[in-house]
Amino acid sequence: MHWNMTDQNTSLSPLDLETPEKPFLDANELVINMGPQHPATHGVLRVILRLDGERVMGLECVIGYLHRGVEKIGEHRTYTMFNPYVDRMDYVAAVSNGLGYCETVEKLLGVEAPPRAQYIRVILTELNRMASHQLWLGTHALDIGAITPLFYTFRDREEILKIFEKYCGARLTTHAFRIGGLQYEAYDGFEKDVKNFVSFVAPKIDEYEELLTTNRIWLERTKGVGIISGKDCIALGVTGPVLRASGVKWDLRKAQPYANYKNFDFDIPVGQNGDTYDRYIVRMAEFRQSLRIIQQAVDGIPEGPIMAKVPKVIKPPVGEVYHSIEAPKGELGYFIVSDGSTQPYRMRVRPPSFVNLQALDVMCRGAMVADVVAVIGTLDIVLGEVDR
Amino acid sequence: MQPFIHYVQSYLTSDKTPGAAGNMFWAFVYILLIFTGLSIAVIAMNWLERKILAHMQVRLGPMRVGPHGLLQPIADAIKLLLKEDIMPAEADGLVFWMAPLIVVLAAFTVFIVVPFGPTHAVTDMNIGVLFMLGVSSLSVLGVVMAGWASNSHYPLIGALRSSAQMVSYEVAMGLAVVSVILMTSLNATGTGTLSMIGIVQAQQSQGIWFIFKFFPLGLIAFFIFAVAMVAETNRAPFDLPEAESELTAGFHTEYSGFRWSLFFLAEYSAMIAVSSIAVTLWLGGWLRPFPGLLSGSTWDLVFSLFPGITFLFLAAMCFYSTARMPKHPYFRIQTIGLAGFGVVLGFIGLLLFVTPVRDRVQDIYWFSLKVAGFMYLYIWYRGTFPRYRFDQLMKVGWKVLLPMSLGVLILTAGAGMWFSVGK
Repeated sequence: MHWNMTDQNTSLSPLDLETPEKPFLDANELVINMGPQHPATHGVLRVILRLDGERVMGLECVIGYLHRGVEKIGEHRTYTMFNPYVDRMDYVAAVSNGLGYCETVEKLLGVEAPPRAQYIRVILTELNRMASHQLWLGTHALDIGAITPLFYTFRDREEILKIFEKYCGARLTTHAFRIGGLQYEAYDGFEKDVKNFVSFVAPKIDEYEELLTTNRIWLERTKGVGIISGKDCIALGVTGPVLRASGVKWDLRKAQPYANYKNFDFDIPVGQNGDTYDRYIVRMAEFRQSLRIIQQAVDGIPEGPIMAKVPKVIKPPVGEVYHSIEAPKGELGYFIVSDGSTQPYRMRVRPPSFVNLQALDVMCRGAMVADVVAVIGTLDIVLGEVDR
Repeated sequence: MQPFIHYVQSYLTSDKTPGAAGNMFWAFVYILLIFTGLSIAVIAMNWLERKILAHMQVRLGPMRVGPHGLLQPIADAIKLLLKEDIMPAEADGLVFWMAPLIVVLAAFTVFIVVPFGPTHAVTDMNIGVLFMLGVSSLSVLGVVMAGWASNSHYPLIGALRSSAQMVSYEVAMGLAVVSVILMTSLNATGTGTLSMIGIVQAQQSQGIWFIFKFFPLGLIAFFIFAVAMVAETNRAPFDLPEAESELTAGFHTEYSGFRWSLFFLAEYSAMIAVSSIAVTLWLGGWLRPFPGLLSGSTWDLVFSLFPGITFLFLAAMCFYSTARMPKHPYFRIQTIGLAGFGVVLGFIGLLLFVTPVRDRVQDIYWFSLKVAGFMYLYIWYRGTFPRYRFDQLMKVGWKVLLPMSLGVLILTAGAGMWFSVGK
């Protein structure tokens, strides 16, 4: 499609975007199209920017380039068959997606995974949270111009993926969990691998921080950029580290404990200013909290069965259920309506990235072009999850 | 024939640059040498940047084309030359065509006055520094033209950023340079010089590199220049005009193939050019280190052996790598190539031990070594720093560097007055 540069033909005109400040000269606005093929949009996000010089007067996100109809697919597959599909939404945190789905169906069925399965689930999910945050840190720093952290984080993420590969054979879209527990028992040396990883990665997190946390340019680029208040976050439904960086202490692992999280001792890192720097600090602190959880889980891993009693053909009773977990990016919820058959009547996913992306416009008004890139990075979106 | 040979030979004993001596033959030879040397330096720089950056980022960098990727820049050059030359349909043809030429011309012309040694420059202009700063700032014109002629939004924003940035950093840069010019006037006659060779000779006669002069004033002026020159050449952390994550490739987004490679060539030769200014003005140009501490003919001899030793060391490294190459028929040609490269380097190293060559070449060696240090800094910055935002960049330029350079200038003038009155 040929994109016409003149103002009246953009889809922005019906959207009433107020001007952040009165332009000095009555010059024409520049409308530029960022994406869907752009190095900083983390996939196929398209952002239409209205610029006054370098200042952003408004923006609009165009999504759907990666739409695969995951929810509709869910209504045409049995509960078991749909399980691998959820991995393809937030593909950098596939384990979390799987955990959310399995727990939701378990809630619908009224079963609970045995403790050993719960512990292994927690270990893998927290490892996946770290992998997701590492990918976020690398790409976010790359967007702001620091090219080196990307390679450090990818080097260390590799160790996590190796554990996944040893556990279930897949590295990215793992399909690690089953409804009712786990299919695979932890392999020989699983606990040793995880312990080794914990001691390996703890100094590496300091290494990332060393490059960025006190770097003057990093501070200037992130402090006071993309500020969003806790009130706005709640109004927009923003969750996850973005919400916590705005000072709201809301973590589903504590607020609505699931999967044995109540047995573990960990803190919820909270920021104050709700700017990009606080979100960075919160996520860096989450790395360390994840390590604490993994350490406790691997130390206290009980013996026992790994699969609850679940029928071969899953036919949940008629009813509906909503269950959400704290995915690396925020609240990941599944809403399932069952009509008593083998397939869900309605499958609805509440993905954190999709909801968090709403805040982009609020956070970018009046900012510079370079800040848009920083804010897209700090929101930590995955387009597979936004578009589903 | 005889007069021509005499004409050629007569210069060899001269202590002037070919331009100053009026010897057109040698001036032409120097131009050719500098052009070739610069092209080789850009090629080497390309390889080194990729390798050093790669090692900073826990990866290997180019390894496939030639031993340790040594032939990668050549392969890249061939690729760029063979690529289709695309000009956007809506572009302004003439301006689009001229922009890379202007940038390259500006980047190469400045090397006319760069003094690689007391006689190793094409010419010695009495306005040398001014000429360098003036001509190198012409490249802004090419950048703006490139951005405008592309008739596209990202290049336009890139070009606007670039021109604003280059213009504002030139102010601080120029003031830092003026403080050095003031320092050159601290002699018996009280007259300073703008000639690049004259500035180095002033450092020689005052027995101190200007970076240490009036400590810490010289150091601060040098620091200001060192920051401004990174901004001037649009390199990280001031690489906003080509900020990949925001503007894809900035002002040269629409350029491809040979035209793009001209921008690339100009960027790297501009980096070498501003580093040469910094070396000439503050780091004693071609002078060897520790002239006061380690003086005497013995030390002179030891330092004059450095060029040869460096090349022999590089040759030894090549041979070591050759010995470590996998013993497999697949790598046979690469192994032979690496050993051959080592032999060439070793031969050059031995040649550099011959007395007449040694005496004439060691100036070039020290100069190149100092410039190479700056090149390493450029790569190091790129591997370490995030990118400044546009308004922050302007803030650093106008609110930090400019007042600093003004203050340094005033203090340098005061210090100069104080010391000459004391005499």
